[in-house]
Amino acid sequence: MDFRKDTLLSLPFKLIEVFFRNLSSSRLTVLLTSAFTLFSIFFLFAQEADVQAGKKLFNANCASCHKLNKKAVGPALKGVSAKYDREWLYSWIKNSSAMIKDGDPQAIAVWEEYNKVAMNAFPMLSNADIDNILAYSDYTPPAPVAVASNQQPASSSGTSNDLILVALTLVFIILVVMLFLVQKTLKRIAFASGVDISPTVKEKRPPLWQVVAKNHFLIFLLVVGFLLSSAYFVYGFLMQVGIDQGYMPVQPIHYSHKIHAGANQIECKYCHSSARVSKHSGIPSLNVCMNCHKNIAEYNGEEDIENGYTKEFYTKEIKKLYDAVGWDEDNQAYTGNIKPVKWVRIHNLPDFVYFNHAQHVQVGDIECQTCHGPVEEMEVMYQYSSLTMGWCINCHRETNVKVKDNEYYAKIHEELSKKYGVEKLTVAQMGGLECGKCHY
Amino acid sequence: MSSKKVYWKSVAQLDKGNELVKKLEQNEFIDQIPVDDFLGDEHTMSQSKTNRRDFLKYVGFSTAAASLASCEGPVIKSVPYVVQPEQIIPGIANYYATAIADGFDFRSILIKTREGRPIKVENNKDASILGDANARVHASVLSMYDIKRLQVPKAKGQDITWSDFYSQVGAKIKAMAVSEKPIVLITQTFASPTTQNIIEKFIAQFPNVSHVVYDTLSSSHALDAFENVYGVRALADYDFSKAETIVSIGADLLGDWQGGGYDSNYAKRRVPKEQNGKSEMSYHIQFESNMTLSGANADNRIPTDPDSQKKIIAQIYSQLTGRTSSLSELNPQLKKVVDNSVLRLKKSKSKAVIVSGIDDVAVQEVVLAINEYLGSDAMDTAQPKFIRQGSKKAVNQLIDDMQKGKVKGLITAGVNPSFTLPNSEIFNTAYSKLEFSLAFALKEDETATAAQFVAATPHYLESWGDYQFKKGHYALAQPTIRPLFDTQQFQDVLLKLSGSTNTYYNEIKSNWTEKNILKENSWNKTLHDGCFSTGDVIESNGVSFDLGHQIKTLSKASSGDMSLVLYPKTGMGDGQQANNPWLQEFPDPISRVSWDNYLTVSAIDAKRIGLKNVNVSDGALNGSYANVTVAGKSIVAPVLIQPGQAKGTVGMAFGYGQRRGLQEEMQVGVNAFPFYNDFNSVQEVKITPADGYHEFACVQLHNTLMGRGDIIKETTLEIFNTKDKEYWNPIPKVSKNHMEYEVTSPEVDMWQSFDRSVGHHFNLSIDLNSCTGCGACVIACHAENNVPVVGKQEIRKSRDMHWLRIDRYYSSGESFGDDNQTKEDISGLGDSLTTFGEMEKASENPQVAFQPVMCQHCNHAPCETVCPVAATSHGRQGQNHMAYNRCIGTRYCANNCPYKVRRFNWFLYNKNDEFDYHMNNDLGRMVLNPDVVVRSRGVMEKCSMCIQMTQKAILDAKLEGRQIKDGDFKCACSDACSSGAMVFGDVNDKSSIVSGLKEDERMYHLLESVGTKPNVMYQTKVRNTDETLK
Repeated sequence: MDFRKDTLLSLPFKLIEVFFRNLSSSRLTVLLTSAFTLFSIFFLFAQEADVQAGKKLFNANCASCHKLNKKAVGPALKGVSAKYDREWLYSWIKNSSAMIKDGDPQAIAVWEEYNKVAMNAFPMLSNADIDNILAYSDYTPPAPVAVASNQQPASSSGTSNDLILVALTLVFIILVVMLFLVQKTLKRIAFASGVDISPTVKEKRPPLWQVVAKNHFLIFLLVVGFLLSSAYFVYGFLMQVGIDQGYMPVQPIHYSHKIHAGANQIECKYCHSSARVSKHSGIPSLNVCMNCHKNIAEYNGEEDIENGYTKEFYTKEIKKLYDAVGWDEDNQAYTGNIKPVKWVRIHNLPDFVYFNHAQHVQVGDIECQTCHGPVEEMEVMYQYSSLTMGWCINCHRETNVKVKDNEYYAKIHEELSKKYGVEKLTVAQMGGLECGKCHY
Repeated sequence: MSSKKVYWKSVAQLDKGNELVKKLEQNEFIDQIPVDDFLGDEHTMSQSKTNRRDFLKYVGFSTAAASLASCEGPVIKSVPYVVQPEQIIPGIANYYATAIADGFDFRSILIKTREGRPIKVENNKDASILGDANARVHASVLSMYDIKRLQVPKAKGQDITWSDFYSQVGAKIKAMAVSEKPIVLITQTFASPTTQNIIEKFIAQFPNVSHVVYDTLSSSHALDAFENVYGVRALADYDFSKAETIVSIGADLLGDWQGGGYDSNYAKRRVPKEQNGKSEMSYHIQFESNMTLSGANADNRIPTDPDSQKKIIAQIYSQLTGRTSSLSELNPQLKKVVDNSVLRLKKSKSKAVIVSGIDDVAVQEVVLAINEYLGSDAMDTAQPKFIRQGSKKAVNQLIDDMQKGKVKGLITAGVNPSFTLPNSEIFNTAYSKLEFSLAFALKEDETATAAQFVAATPHYLESWGDYQFKKGHYALAQPTIRPLFDTQQFQDVLLKLSGSTNTYYNEIKSNWTEKNILKENSWNKTLHDGCFSTGDVIESNGVSFDLGHQIKTLSKASSGDMSLVLYPKTGMGDGQQANNPWLQEFPDPISRVSWDNYLTVSAIDAKRIGLKNVNVSDGALNGSYANVTVAGKSIVAPVLIQPGQAKGTVGMAFGYGQRRGLQEEMQVGVNAFPFYNDFNSVQEVKITPADGYHEFACVQLHNTLMGRGDIIKETTLEIFNTKDKEYWNPIPKVSKNHMEYEVTSPEVDMWQSFDRSVGHHFNLSIDLNSCTGCGACVIACHAENNVPVVGKQEIRKSRDMHWLRIDRYYSSGESFGDDNQTKEDISGLGDSLTTFGEMEKASENPQVAFQPVMCQHCNHAPCETVCPVAATSHGRQGQNHMAYNRCIGTRYCANNCPYKVRRFNWFLYNKNDEFDYHMNNDLGRMVLNPDVVVRSRGVMEKCSMCIQMTQKAILDAKLEGRQIKDGDFKCACSDACSSGAMVFGDVNDKSSIVSGLKEDERMYHLLESVGTKPNVMYQTKVRNTDETLK
């Protein structure tokens, strides 16, 4: 299903939502508890192998192939220190291929188990470093203390609106019933005490509509007013036909630009690489996703529980990717069983418009956000700009052509700027308003 | 003074009194809209239940409903690659070098692909030979997306899998090998060294198999002659750029004579070039029966019947060498020309060349002898061509054997003998009786339908291949797309059947590297370039001629009073691509008829026999039918009166009349193959009139230039050399305040001009001297710009959509003004009869000029000022823009265009069952260029000067941060033009070729007097009518 969300309408609700979210104490609690745990961990293990240092080293050197609890490219690291001799581990980590060459039986066994892919050598790690890493891999964090209490306010705030609504409705119904009863009682009392409650007949004045109907000038004004206002609305309606600003379709995989471009700061053109050279920005092929997601099998970032964007939710979406690209997580291998993803196209220019991404992004050095909006904040991607011709033209009128260090412009810029008597040329002055530049 | 020659497009135009011509000059649409017929019909009007009010209600309601329905946009899905191939970036075109070798066309080409789809054919400019695609090769990319292609192999008409195919066919062949039953493998010419190896291996495996090469249109006589003289079965190659004097006797050297591909070299010498203080160009004399491209381009064209041609060649030989005498005399007129030719040949000596297309071994031997005698530089026998290999003797023998039951099995590959053999009925009977028949076919053609087994083969764009087009000149073909259907290449199937596990690709690669074709050169680089050449020459042990006897026979040649000269049409060739709508709609360069073949008859013969061409009320052409009888076989064919057709001859094109494997729309024309007896293109014929008229889709009387003259400027080489430009290429003058100004002068200009000195300013130059009229540009334009195909009926209504048309003008000896005067002076019936007779004579052998006309991109464009919605406007770079989305279809622009180059979309031509061509199916739409919008109904369209290509060149330069070089700017037409007639570029770049051409003395603009200041220019045609030798 696709739907177009009216951003204007939803804006006030969103504001309220954000306000409430900030008020809730849940985040603060999380922060406090985590600070506390970290502190206690630090305190407990400071003397022995340093878990924190180990975590750092692990993330820097090992995480691309190993996970703690799960098999990745290499084996899960939890418990390796118990499984193997410490000295063996030192030499294995420092240079495993040498051991395989030397014919160490244990080393060969591991090598064969993992498709004969030798582990990278890490000669720069000292024995102490390795100890730290192993300490981190063996470390089990104490169960979070305040998790249970965290859940409460979050869930109650979700239902409170409904409850209030139901309660209010009830109160209104009761009020109506009460009013009715009071009136009935009063009527009965009036009847009993002999008070005449029938309304007094006033002198008949002509009704308002008759007065208006007789005043021709007023009618004229009203008709003109009516026509003008309806024309305004009709015009407004017609002008938005075919404009899909705010179009936010549901995609087959919930891909969050907020997480990728926002939280992880991935450069837009890393995935949309063809924007640099081609007219299309290109929807990245799934092998591009797998560059990172080969190792990132589960989501461990921030959650947005109110909207249901939990860690499990995101992890499930990553599994959808694996399913599409045919990645067998357990064996860390491609099955070849692919299901291409049918994304819903958001930005649809009509056929008769030629738009070139490279021209804008690479030659013009325009930020993607200029047209696509704050993508790094978009949980669900939507069409930010109207993409109308007026919108294009406006930008062409206002934007200066980036001519620096581009030899193509050297001559034409010099000549044109002399002709127009300006320092910098806008796209329009370069001929960017000509029909045939975009329509052919 | 410029030449006062007046051009005309049709015989009817010569008749100034013709009401129709007059009407057409003033009015593009000759019929009035039949409003009265409709509204005046009281009875029907009163019977109708829908009154005016109801009608308006319906209209209102449907309009409202339609607008409401359009408010909701459709949901568009985008499916990216799962694993994107490294080389493919959506939106960026990839080019692959490959080669076509379909048995008729052999060319090295480049293929432009977008997102993995081949969409256009381009010339391979690196190729040492045959690197220029002709119209058919340009169109061949569409033939890949043919819905009529075979998609799976078949056995007895049923679809089967390849594994079943191999087990059944393999078993059959093995069984027949054991019982020694002869099987014949009959194939097209492959000119492929590796294919030759594979066939040899196959024959070694199955000794009961023999190989016969069959060319649909045979060059067997020329091959025999060459083999007799030089000992190698090949064709002499010619380089006409080395020839000062070209004598052609019945050879359409600019057409498909001996495989074609000679036009680019020919054109090089056709442009006058400064040499020793005066301009020189080659001199071309053509003796021929049909009006061909070569005849149209020749300086001196002599219509002669085939018998005279033989006599002429004997005369030339004997006069030149003085070896034989006592030949029968030619008629004085011809003798004069022959003497002149001999004189020229003698004078030019090694810079002269003579060629002939007559299917006669003796003639071909004489031609070789003359060229050897002259020591012609233009003829190359050391590196001959291998692109025709067929032997008529072997094919005739095969059919004889089949008839006698000697042959038990037949494998056909790349040929369709059931249709193309002259004696196909004999073949078909014998074929159906064979024990085993296997056809390798692209489509379910006549042979494939009758075959027991059909192996579906891929299109050449899906195939591997290696070729030796010419001794020492190799080409490689590579797939440009994964096979669309479940097809396998002929070579792969043969390999598998002979028990090899190797693929054809591996065979090619090992053959090239192990056999040392490549020597030290890299395979990858060769594959990238698509071509490779070595200095290898054939070994020949001395040349000697003993032609006395042959010359005597030739000089006595005589046959019946009418001869039929069969020829391949520029658009259709041998008819392999008959299901290609681009080629069907391609107007023949000479006759300007599309969607048909016909019998070309000279006006005199037509009158004698009683055949007519008439133009009906809307200007469309109708031709009467005639019974054509050759050796007892008779068909009814429509007649086209062809100016320049030699008296006593008629012509007919091959390639039409097919019914199998073709969409219904393409089943047009008549089949000329049954007349191709003994593979001789000249046949004795009897013509009698038949009943009825045929409706031609001819673009002849349409889009007339409204009777305005000076459209083609031409002069002679002598005048060009001796007189000033003002004499032969004057700019028209106008008077202002009793002063004469040139029309281009700003003094008489009422327009405010843009300043075009900054940035790019595109101009296109068209040289009328080097334009041979081949039509490659027309198809290239179709492919690049998504030009729709409209079909025969629409063409007939002059609704053709070609953005680029090649006008062909015939000229008469005297000026049109004189003709008019003569006609005015007629008094009485007797006088009129004789005068009209004389006027007819003018068209007997007209001179011809080709003029490609597209939107002229006027700087002062008349179309722009009349558009009520500003849908057409001018760009600073000189292009006249057309915003389709803005156009409301008033057609004011088309009415105001003096060049008649705007085309109106009368209908929706895509996804419309009424126009069931390639744009109506998913497969055919794959050929569309994604950078150009497909126009909808009700909008005007026209040439955009390939703005998508100029914009792309600019963007690439910007991306790379560099200046644009000359040659970066291209149009589809200029890029396709191998003769160099079309040159496109930026005139503000003073170093560009086109800016030089703009200053050329020969430069003029079309209808300069109108003052439109076009950005397309033409170079005056110069004819080499050197009087001194005449």
